[in-house]
Amino acid sequence: MLRRTIEASEVQSPGQLTELLDQEAYLADEGLATAAFLALRMGRPLLLEGEAGVGKTELARTLAAVLGAPLIRLQCYEGLDGPQVLYDWDFARQLLHLKAAEAGGVTDAARLEGEVYDRRFLIARPLLKAVETQPSVLLIDEIDRADVEFEAILLEVLSDFAISIPELGTVRAERPPVVVLTSNRTREVHDALKRRCLYHWLEHPSFDREVAILLRRLPACSETLAEQVAKAAVRLRGAGLVKPPGIAETIDWTEALLTLGARELDPDLAAATLGALLKHREDHETVLGNGIFGDLRR
Amino acid sequence: MTSAADGPGRPEDAPAVAAAGSRDPAGSGAAVASEDPAGPCAAAASGAPAASGDPAGSGDPAGPGGAGTARDLVAVMTGFARTLRAAGVPADHERTQGLLRALSHLDAAEPRDVYWAGRFTLCASADDLPRYDRVFHAYFGGLRAGRPRPAAVTVTRHIATMSGGAGDGDDSPAPVASASAAEVLRNRDVAKLTGAELAEVHRLLALFRVGREQRRSRRLRPSHRGRLDSRATIRETLRRGGETARLRYRSHRTRPRRAVLLVDVSGSMTPYADTLLRLAHALVRCEPRATEVFSAGTRLTRLTAELRHRDPATAMDAVSRAIPDWSGGTRLGEELRKFLTLNDARGAVVVIASDGWERGDVSLLGAEMARLSRMAHRVIWVNPHKGQEGYRPLTAGMRAALPYIDDFVAGHSLAAFEELAALLGGTHA
Repeated sequence: MLRRTIEASEVQSPGQLTELLDQEAYLADEGLATAAFLALRMGRPLLLEGEAGVGKTELARTLAAVLGAPLIRLQCYEGLDGPQVLYDWDFARQLLHLKAAEAGGVTDAARLEGEVYDRRFLIARPLLKAVETQPSVLLIDEIDRADVEFEAILLEVLSDFAISIPELGTVRAERPPVVVLTSNRTREVHDALKRRCLYHWLEHPSFDREVAILLRRLPACSETLAEQVAKAAVRLRGAGLVKPPGIAETIDWTEALLTLGARELDPDLAAATLGALLKHREDHETVLGNGIFGDLRR
Repeated sequence: MTSAADGPGRPEDAPAVAAAGSRDPAGSGAAVASEDPAGPCAAAASGAPAASGDPAGSGDPAGPGGAGTARDLVAVMTGFARTLRAAGVPADHERTQGLLRALSHLDAAEPRDVYWAGRFTLCASADDLPRYDRVFHAYFGGLRAGRPRPAAVTVTRHIATMSGGAGDGDDSPAPVASASAAEVLRNRDVAKLTGAELAEVHRLLALFRVGREQRRSRRLRPSHRGRLDSRATIRETLRRGGETARLRYRSHRTRPRRAVLLVDVSGSMTPYADTLLRLAHALVRCEPRATEVFSAGTRLTRLTAELRHRDPATAMDAVSRAIPDWSGGTRLGEELRKFLTLNDARGAVVVIASDGWERGDVSLLGAEMARLSRMAHRVIWVNPHKGQEGYRPLTAGMRAALPYIDDFVAGHSLAAFEELAALLGGTHA
């Protein structure tokens, strides 16, 4: 089926964007839809903070689907540097080219230099790729994992969506890519970077929204089961766990329950599938120990 | 209250105003929160003058009724941003411009749009959200329809190391005949030394060596091994007219990790502050470019320059002149907040030397410690009382800070200082 996609500039209102996201099975609440709408319209990066599993990365993926644009993902980690995120020269091919030229008897240094620093020897890494690809959605995932020096590189790129390559000149995006940055807040993102972005703190969904999301994502799920799962999720998030489950985990869990043929949540099934929901041993002990699942059925 | 006449909102008056929810401290005219259910959003967008009950409206240059829609909006939003700023949200001019740009894509007469646009552009962290909600309520009162609850933010963090190394406290040292004077002094509480003994400790501190943990710098430099430096290799090859040259490599440099020391000089710390500042002097002497020292009490004071004198006596003289609040109270939370805005704690090892007798708001201290722990590489808390037998971290300040501390050490004796020096050098127990 050919799905109709839409240009970023054609999105008229947060409400319309909510519907578009909904068509891709992403249920955004008012705040998130408004934030994403503004990011599209203002051409500003959107910084999403919030606990793991609230749907930050998923939003970028869904936006790409809505816009029919490729998703360019940059997963951050400590030690990222320019050549890994901007561009690099294809050293092997450059050398081969020089070899060939040498064999052909070319010795003109200026000519050789011009040839070696040709665009075809340039490898575009995520940031350059995003600047060159129109339209595109750039996801800079878990920015809090990269180090401060990396943020400085981002600052340059995100302020004017241009990358200067000394040997070639400056590559500039005609239209800025849609940029989504996510952070789990393991460290504070630098203020200078935050200034470039629209900031949104994403919360766990409300009970009703979570039920809606589960039903939307898992058509096989009964309303009863969705409600029981959402109720359990709300309760678990208030239980002081090491890692409270996010929406991604509740979806996983529900899927696990459905796979086992559950129509309703019962304590035994819940205990058997707990690994899809909670990823810390301590949390399993807490939950099984205080019988949170004991009175789930109603 | 004279806030309307005071001109641009001054931080010190505004929080009270915001909390009271009565009126705009900046006198921008349109904001009469609770008395005007339609709110300034509507007033601003429709271009109507602010509510009749507006005490400041008549004097407002931006609101000549009916005409100045855009100007009204700017005035209202600027006033709102100013109030936010006073409440501690970083809503500066640039961010306010962002808000106005955002509103040009939304409906400025719609409170929810104003709420969200302001939240995305004026706030910079989850900590700002409760404040934002409060000020939004106060400023645009009565516009609560359909807004979500403020974010409940919990940040989990590893538990501080409470046990171990507490140790040998202030009990008088075992009188070993052969032990040198230094050895005897090592474990004694500096608060209980005689003048001569203290002078000896200070002399030893002046000889103290404190290394610094090395961090890998982002910068690469030419090296014999490491990563292949393809750019340099190609360049070299080109220089030789295309003949394959030898391969070039680069590797990362290392740099000493920065240390920032915050010394509490309030009354309860008096027996230790002097010695701790001498320790600070040793830190600065060993790594002048990678150390910063502040004193905290009721006023945060940067002491790094004073401590750069090589001679301990001269440095201590300069320090004692620089500190305005010796032996006063402690408002660590506030000091810490100021410190975090003044100094980039990012990636640094931050050492706080204090007994945690917090006179101010303990929850503020907790919040600022949480922020610090997210920014700093390590947070070390030095509490001189920890050296005493049976010490428990029971003061409210200490309890609020503990979850965010990586190392909790004593700091009452030479031996404790050595432990701290080892931590700074990157040796973790």
